[in-house]
Amino acid sequence: MIAGIDIGSRSMELVVLDGDKIILKRKLPTTFDPASQIKKIMDGVKVDLISATGYGRKLMTEELTGTPCTSLTEIKAYALGISHLFPEARTILDIGGQDTKAISLFKNGKVAKFEMNDRCAAGTGKFLEHLSTVFQIPIEDFGSYALEGSEPLQINSMCTVFAETEATSLMAQGKNPHDIALGLHGSIVRRTTNMLNRVGLVEPLVFAGGVANNSCVIKMLQDSLFINPLIPDEPDFAGALGAALFGRSQQKIL
Amino acid sequence: MTQPSYKEMWENLNLDIEAHDGLLEVLGKFYGDIYMSQQGRLQGMEYLDFVLSEVHGLRIKELMDAKAQGRKIIGTFCVFVPEELSLAVDAIQVGLCAGADAGTEAAETIVPRNTCALIKSFIGFKMAKICPYTESCDLIIGETTCDGKKKAYEAFGEMAPMHIMEIPQRKEASDRELWKSEVLRFKDELEKITGKKITAESLKQGIKTVNDKRRALQRLNTLRAATPTPISGRDVLLINQVSFYDDPVRFTQSINTLCDQIEERIAKNEGIVPENTPRLMLAGCPMAVPNWKLPYIIESSGAVVVSEESCIGTRNTRDLVDESGETVEEMIDAICERYMKIDCACFTPNNERLDNIKKLAEETKVDGVIHYSLMFCQPYTHETFKVEKTLAESEVPMLAIETDYSMEDVEQLKTRVEAFVEMIS
Repeated sequence: MIAGIDIGSRSMELVVLDGDKIILKRKLPTTFDPASQIKKIMDGVKVDLISATGYGRKLMTEELTGTPCTSLTEIKAYALGISHLFPEARTILDIGGQDTKAISLFKNGKVAKFEMNDRCAAGTGKFLEHLSTVFQIPIEDFGSYALEGSEPLQINSMCTVFAETEATSLMAQGKNPHDIALGLHGSIVRRTTNMLNRVGLVEPLVFAGGVANNSCVIKMLQDSLFINPLIPDEPDFAGALGAALFGRSQQKIL
Repeated sequence: MTQPSYKEMWENLNLDIEAHDGLLEVLGKFYGDIYMSQQGRLQGMEYLDFVLSEVHGLRIKELMDAKAQGRKIIGTFCVFVPEELSLAVDAIQVGLCAGADAGTEAAETIVPRNTCALIKSFIGFKMAKICPYTESCDLIIGETTCDGKKKAYEAFGEMAPMHIMEIPQRKEASDRELWKSEVLRFKDELEKITGKKITAESLKQGIKTVNDKRRALQRLNTLRAATPTPISGRDVLLINQVSFYDDPVRFTQSINTLCDQIEERIAKNEGIVPENTPRLMLAGCPMAVPNWKLPYIIESSGAVVVSEESCIGTRNTRDLVDESGETVEEMIDAICERYMKIDCACFTPNNERLDNIKKLAEETKVDGVIHYSLMFCQPYTHETFKVEKTLAESEVPMLAIETDYSMEDVEQLKTRVEAFVEMIS
């Protein structure tokens, strides 16, 4: 049995594979103490190999878990996970807590090219999370809140802090908050679209990562790209699944 | 690294001793982590370790001794300044400190914040009084390779003795004429400050010494690309960095000795990494000591750097000066011709660089190229697009990295580089 774990900035996901079958899925917030959370998420899980991805992948060691460990980047993990779920996929968009990645795939599912945001969190889940608190809306409901707007207001700044300033100025002008929220979602989508174009967007496009749960981002992506992105049932588990698949391939080699 | 015996010398150079001690401590630790931790290094690298450990000590003492004998020290920031001429007036030419975040706050009071880290660094080193090279110089040569440097030298010139060389931006006949007049102006300036005339004999020797240094580095560049890779990319980078301030004759000899050892290693089919390790080329902006961030990240991510297209790589060593000239005039022409082959991103168009990158990628059989631009470096950031397109035609994957000297983005860079290595493996 193989465990795949995706330790992201905001949440960690675990997938346990027994042969081809997923026998366990778990999700926990990463918090400020990821090492303790790793112990919690691994509680009672007995596997032959743990394969870790995400920004906390190097935390996963044999000393911590008592199990052999391997690691891979989120880019490869998403490529493996998504190709497993959608073998025909050619482009992946993964918007996570602090990173956004656009990945183009060869027909055989291997990574052809990727783009990743720089050191700042613009256009990521963090951006939405921060701004949802300004609206005092739970992050889970922020997408549907924005979809109640009708006129997306232009938000020019890509910087989370400046975007907040723009949003509060618009509020002070008495603009409809739903329209402002719609504009904020629009700014993420614009940035993401540019990234997709840089890697060369070929269909089918799969949208995954935590932000793929946001109905407004999905809708605006459809409207701006004129294509329907495929979305996995649990889009935030694609990385953990990919990690587990990588672990399985490593185990075959070992 | 601090040697008490040098304190007086540093005080005489008017260094800020406390800040300088701090710099040496960081440099020593950084060197230990990045260099001394490597396994299976060649014995010949001990010379480089020694030179680096004495970078602000023994080498500065040599410069001071030379000055006491009446020799002049010429400081530079760029591969366009012909060392041949400095040697021909018995001067010593050294590259100046520009590879670490130092005195950044002070630098930002005289240059804009959106200036590349290299420029801020040389200004910061000067303002913080922690570069013994800058302080040793009798003359510092600036050059107009980009707007950032060009304007920064105006501010720098108020603090240090400067001479600016104009570098043409195109390679037409009129540009070559301009370049020749600039080389002659540099010659006049050197003769003026040293009181020595450049003769056919002294210039011939200068050309030979610098060519020998380049030949040793060319030999190293050929050997490093063997499979399995016999020497780490970090070590070769260090050698290239040291080539800018070590004594050229001694350096050449040491590198040739090291190359003999590399040949022995190749004959035994021994590598510093397993044979199937992905091979990468670094291209783009130069990396001054101690800017080892990216090569270290690359080589800790399961890849090895086997070639380097930059001013601290093949751009500085690829072309030799023709040695057949007999008169000063003929030799000056040969020098002008050689330096106009430099494929710096300050030129427009600069298609030679694309051809050279493509050729080097083929020759050194790389699996991919990492293009490195310093943030706010317009010329190289622009060329990133063209380089990627050219490499795509040869089906060589490329990763573009834009960063500076700070460590805040190390984790993100690691993810990118590791993903790139996974992609080409």
